[in-house]
Amino acid sequence: MSLHRLTARALLDLLKSGKTSAKEAYNAVIAHIKAVDPKVKAYVRLSSQKPDFNAKNQFAVPIGLKDNLCVKGEEVTCASRILKGLRSPYDATVVAKIKNSGGAIIGVLNMDEFAFGSSCETSCYGPTFNPWDLQCVPGGSSGGSAAAVAADEAPWALGSDTGGSIRQPAAFCGIVGLKPTYGRVSRYGLIAFASSLDQIGPLTKDVTDCALLMNIISGYDERDSTSVNTPVPDYTKALVNDVRGLKIGIPKQAFVQGLAPQVRQAVEESLNVLRKSGAVVKEVSLPHTPYAVAAYYIVATAEASSNLARFDGVRYGLRATPGAVRKNTLVDMYEETRSRGFGDEAKRRIMLGTYALSSGYYDAYYLRGQKARTLIKQDLDEAFKDCDVIITPTAPTVAFKVGEKLSDPLSMYLSDIYTIPANLAGIPAISVPCGFSDTGLPIGLQLMAKAFDEEMLLRVSYTYEQNTEWHLKKPRL
Amino acid sequence: MSISKSDVQYIAALARIHVPQEKLDGFTKNLADIVKYVEQLQELNVDNVKPTSHAVPVGNVLRPDVVKPSLTNQEALGLAVEAQNGSFKVPLVIE
Repeated sequence: MSLHRLTARALLDLLKSGKTSAKEAYNAVIAHIKAVDPKVKAYVRLSSQKPDFNAKNQFAVPIGLKDNLCVKGEEVTCASRILKGLRSPYDATVVAKIKNSGGAIIGVLNMDEFAFGSSCETSCYGPTFNPWDLQCVPGGSSGGSAAAVAADEAPWALGSDTGGSIRQPAAFCGIVGLKPTYGRVSRYGLIAFASSLDQIGPLTKDVTDCALLMNIISGYDERDSTSVNTPVPDYTKALVNDVRGLKIGIPKQAFVQGLAPQVRQAVEESLNVLRKSGAVVKEVSLPHTPYAVAAYYIVATAEASSNLARFDGVRYGLRATPGAVRKNTLVDMYEETRSRGFGDEAKRRIMLGTYALSSGYYDAYYLRGQKARTLIKQDLDEAFKDCDVIITPTAPTVAFKVGEKLSDPLSMYLSDIYTIPANLAGIPAISVPCGFSDTGLPIGLQLMAKAFDEEMLLRVSYTYEQNTEWHLKKPRL
Repeated sequence: MSISKSDVQYIAALARIHVPQEKLDGFTKNLADIVKYVEQLQELNVDNVKPTSHAVPVGNVLRPDVVKPSLTNQEALGLAVEAQNGSFKVPLVIE
């Protein structure tokens, strides 16, 4: 029996029926990682200690975590030189919830440095590769999480999504990825990128596992002041194969230039599947979404430049001291530490954010970016008055080649064109597999819903999944 | 509006980042491209539009002023690059 190939749900069923043990399942996953990770490079490190399997965690399902989630006593680095060697003194709230549910943490997964990227190439550990084609990127920034789940190196994983960092890699790797509503999942212990946009969410092999993992990680947390205190439903109750009468909005702005014809075709065929299941598809207009990427790269970098100011070589992480040429005052040390510790993309984003917030440019950039954000949110609010979900492609293309976009940051940023509006508006959005290109690379379908209506996303995606077989395909490694 | 090399050096200094001479052209080009792209926001009519800083409206979150267990001084300093007498130690601040 290939335990590593199973969904978390299937594994849980076997554990409960006594047909396998948590230890056996864990060892099967580790053995598979040892076999395929030299090719995929999804993991940056395995947990320093093997879980102690006992009565408390007899139903433990192994899980992988993105390298920006704090686990007590374990190294957490955001794939950056500036944090190498840092061991967290506490558990992130989601990690505590995973541990309380009996979950076994396998290890830590690669990402773009500080989640700055859409390809997993800006990591200080080097890139992760797409399990469907090792010449291609897995997407990013949660590229390690998506590649690991697609390659059966983890039954499921957690990532974080600031502008598409769960959904775009999920699409590129042919798995399911959900960005919850802002405030649904506590961000305590998630190393911040852009605090008003970041959310932690599941990357899973199917929609059922997505609902199960949401049940574990959701909920109010007094340690995250932006966490929202509304009841958490049982998300598995939303797994019904029925979309009769539901209204699906298709933004006319979604079919833009730069959308690959095969992606467009796959999305249109998906709509036919949902139509046949009884949903009504109608056009909606989101006139300000063409400005979303521009607004995002102001707001997100401004927040990032402020959040990353804390990495200064004093309280934790790297400290670098300048050589003999310059002096060694506190400011010299800051500058040397940050210059050696951050990679180029982190420096670009910090500088862009600093520029947007600097005196004389604040109104023209930052304030205008926030106002554009309001317009984009209003468009979505208006559209949801008359539809239950909005569907778009997750990304305009399938996975691109390693190195293809690394020297052109702007073209990299545009790969998040469909995913960014949900972060700006704070609404939940999911990516589910919906086809393949003729080069054998997966295509993702994005569904968005109103704030705190993850159940609607799960219901429609589950129905889609029940009527298609894309989620069952696996890469050959 | 375009970004010049001296702008990049100025921003880098504000952000406490040193941009070496050989990387200045590259960073200037990248940042100029991105700033040019975001210029499209100037087309929008934002009169009477309120800025959104958080998508989900939340006010100030208060809690009772009660001391609860948290990281000890030793745990907090455990990650410090340099510590002395229960405090973080830094290089010379002023000469």
